[in-house]
Amino acid sequence: MTDGSAPPNTDPQTRWVWLHKLGLRVCSALAQGYALLSFLGQSCLELIGWCTHPQRIRWRPILFNLRSAGLNALPIVGLLSLLLGVVVAYQGADQLRQYGANIFVVDLVGLSMLREFAPLMTAIIIAGRSGSAYAAQIGTMTVTQEIDAMRTIGIAPLEMLVLPKLLALALAMPLLTVFADVMGVLGGMLMARTQLGVGFGEFLDRFAQAISLTTYLVGLGKAPVFAAIIAMVGCFQGFRTRGGADSVGQQTTRAVVQSIFLVIVADAMFSVAFSLLGL
Amino acid sequence: MTSQTPEIVLEMRDVVTRFGQHVVHQGINLAVRRGEVFAVIGGSGSGKSTLLREMILLQVPNAGQIRVLGVDLAGITDDAALALRQRFGVLFQQGGLFGSLTVLENIGLPLREHRQLDDQAVDTIAAQKLAVVGLAAEVGAQYPAELSGGMLKRAALARALVLEPELLFLDEPTAGLDPLSAAGIDELVRHVSQVLELTVVMITHDLDLLWQVANRVAVLGDGKVQGIGTMAELAVMDNPLIRPFFDGPRARASQAQASLNPKESSSKPK
Repeated sequence: MTDGSAPPNTDPQTRWVWLHKLGLRVCSALAQGYALLSFLGQSCLELIGWCTHPQRIRWRPILFNLRSAGLNALPIVGLLSLLLGVVVAYQGADQLRQYGANIFVVDLVGLSMLREFAPLMTAIIIAGRSGSAYAAQIGTMTVTQEIDAMRTIGIAPLEMLVLPKLLALALAMPLLTVFADVMGVLGGMLMARTQLGVGFGEFLDRFAQAISLTTYLVGLGKAPVFAAIIAMVGCFQGFRTRGGADSVGQQTTRAVVQSIFLVIVADAMFSVAFSLLGL
Repeated sequence: MTSQTPEIVLEMRDVVTRFGQHVVHQGINLAVRRGEVFAVIGGSGSGKSTLLREMILLQVPNAGQIRVLGVDLAGITDDAALALRQRFGVLFQQGGLFGSLTVLENIGLPLREHRQLDDQAVDTIAAQKLAVVGLAAEVGAQYPAELSGGMLKRAALARALVLEPELLFLDEPTAGLDPLSAAGIDELVRHVSQVLELTVVMITHDLDLLWQVANRVAVLGDGKVQGIGTMAELAVMDNPLIRPFFDGPRARASQAQASLNPKESSSKPK
């Protein structure tokens, strides 16, 4: 479109179109951020309501969500963490062997899995698995007017649909992360034995020395935060569904992309915070 | 709307609704009397559905006053809203039945939420309502996805009726149904409004439903109520926004049909 010989575009109407579009984009992004924050606020208020009136807690959906988001995710989380442990140990093996520092594969696998990879991998899998399911479920219910019907019957959708997911995931994610820790280290152990000749006993002895409790807790502490991000973004995008079935698909995609994005941003912020705190 | 008119169940005064720059309602005034079947009609985009959403507390107008069953909806507290919601029932256009529950569980849900009843009692009442709307008892065990359009509407109506409401809202009760099912719904609406002595407010395009069942009709157009009255009264009005509902072959057919079976003489279904 831009031709070097063409006279410069002086018409303000067309010249600043890109700025106008940029402005609109920024405005809509800000509006969405604001809406997400107010959704978060409403959910917190409802959660406080549950804390002060425990008889209002809906246990059945909580248990249901624990099973679907937690228990049913065990195989995939376990398998991928095992493979990740294998990959990390394999990548390190060459370098470590050159320096004859084979035993340090324990530090490599242990620190990276427990601190970073296990919580992050779990969060990414759960965002794809459960975050999308949340958005799709709530989106479909919006389209079929089930959400409207729920309000009309006098059931708060936040209480019925959002809080059980939030609580269940906040409980399930740390547990899944522990499982991912175990499987990841197991993968590393297998690789350490076949590639570096570090036996299981030797590995575990070194593991106890090299890996502090802090490392484990730092990784584990991220899990509930990631869970909250995934549950809130998934539900929020579901409620923003407008129109028909195609909108459900769009919102589901948006939920997954945004929650993975925010999880990684949060992880980066954790890293900065932990380094400032010297953990 | 003079003082001699029967008790007013629902009243809207100068209701204004805007979506951004777009003005949907610019001063809606209407009143629904106890015991009548009141219909709201209007072209696509005339704000009928929005008006209904405002009546059932799903949306708040930008200005104006709405009173439902004597309760002013402006600044209503959560507790008052919860109490009010139990006094009216809503049949949504899509039915709004929960896909994860069976029909019987759907119908019983409002009871489980708001009444202290054991499961046995809830199921008994739900089964009664299922019979009221003309569905077989076996339907109760099915899931909404397994039902036909007409059965879905009936099941949703049963749920709307389960708390014995004083006021029933119907959003396009016959939309998307085949003529036979639609005629069945017409009959059912008339039946429940008479037998249960309900006030019914409905949004519809269905000319048969309007001629056969509605006592009074309000026509929305250009953000205002263009006319309120019986179908016969509206039929002689000259307003260009009202005429489309009476001109054209479909409209004339329904009108002719209505004059053959006037509402009063129609056999009362039992």
